Amino acid sequence: MILMVDLCWKKNSLSRPEFVDPVASALRKAGAEIKVLHYSELTSYQSSKQLYRDLLECNGVVLCGTAIQDNFYAGEMDKFSWLKNPNYSKPVLGICAGMQVIASTFGGKIIPRPAIGIEKVDIVKDTELLGEPRQIEGYHLHNYGATVPKGFHLVAGFPHKVDAFVHERRPIYGLIFHPEVRNRWILQKFIELVPNH
Amino acid sequence: MGGDIRQDEGREGVIDSNRIDNGNIGTGKNLDKNTVICLITLISENEDSYMFHTPNISRAALAAEAMDLPLITWPTRGEKEEELDDLKDAIAEGVKRYGIEGMVTGAIESTYQATRVQTICRDIGLWCFNPIWQVDQVDYLKLLLSRGFHVIITGVFAYPFDDSWIGARLTEDQVKKLERLQKRYQINPSGEGGELETFVLDGPIFHKRIEILRSRKTYDNYRGRLDIEEACLADKLGDESVDR
Repeated sequence: MILMVDLCWKKNSLSRPEFVDPVASALRKAGAEIKVLHYSELTSYQSSKQLYRDLLECNGVVLCGTAIQDNFYAGEMDKFSWLKNPNYSKPVLGICAGMQVIASTFGGKIIPRPAIGIEKVDIVKDTELLGEPRQIEGYHLHNYGATVPKGFHLVAGFPHKVDAFVHERRPIYGLIFHPEVRNRWILQKFIELVPNH
Repeated sequence: MGGDIRQDEGREGVIDSNRIDNGNIGTGKNLDKNTVICLITLISENEDSYMFHTPNISRAALAAEAMDLPLITWPTRGEKEEELDDLKDAIAEGVKRYGIEGMVTGAIESTYQATRVQTICRDIGLWCFNPIWQVDQVDYLKLLLSRGFHVIITGVFAYPFDDSWIGARLTEDQVKKLERLQKRYQINPSGEGGELETFVLDGPIFHKRIEILRSRKTYDNYRGRLDIEEACLADKLGDESVDR
């Protein structure tokens, strides 16, 4: 089972069909079972037994994107502290806002980086998720991007314009572009990283 | 950083042409009257506009009346990119006249349209919502039928659509045919790629249904359309209810 975290501005918002449901649909088509939680339902890793159970039950986590005008999640970073727990070794994929959450949680910065539409994505590092270095196209929809946090490698883009990163030891990926648009193969690849999905 | 305060659904405008790929019609949970404040329709001089639909667009006013929503109609020459300035002006008029805080579109797969509306909304400081973005188009058509939408095909503009499609009601059989054509010819079953034009006559967000009194059908070489020449609002039939 994959735990999907809805980062939109409220639970069951008008943004959910745009940023959560297409990813869920693609993951289901790839054979995964899905559970969706809104980020407001997360509490700190240490204090929530329910979250702890959800995280243990699920075999991977996807942190979804949200509307370009929506930055509320950025004020709730304490809800993602469980990501840093070194004992949590399951695959994690952060999409757009989700990538920013990962960066911020691990000490990186959320920085202005406006982009809307299809742009070239230069893959510079061979990974299980994106494959060998080459150029692809990705759909961008963001006002902000993120720096590569300490302990992560740049996977796509440039140090000042990060399109993707990965943790150096754990299967934690961040993508600033939206793989559910024109790049659903990336979600399929992510599912392949998740044991017993 | 810091987003706009948005504690609840806001006051949204909807880009509308009374087609099936319309944010007001398409959202899984009907946008209620506290959310949808107005509809916005661009009337393009250019029948081949990149952004806006043209067949029967003048009937959008009747559809707005059927949905009991105010409509802003805005002219455009329909020239590529220039028409975006007209859309921006129309949306700005929605802000001025009705205080809209966001726009809802019916984009499904078109990054061309989505990118441009998202950019306009960002530049004006509005939220942008695409509630049927990336939806499976066949599933979406089935959902519309299951929810009681009455849709007709008002235009075909691609091989292999013959003239039997023009004016035909969208039914489960038609959806199955569209699904087969999607697999064989990669057409968009919703018509988002311009292969088909649709017109919604009734549905759960309509207070009245639209009745076509007179229409004219033309067809030649896989291109044809049904022009609605006269139509009126009529009471809904029997047990149909309105979601509001």
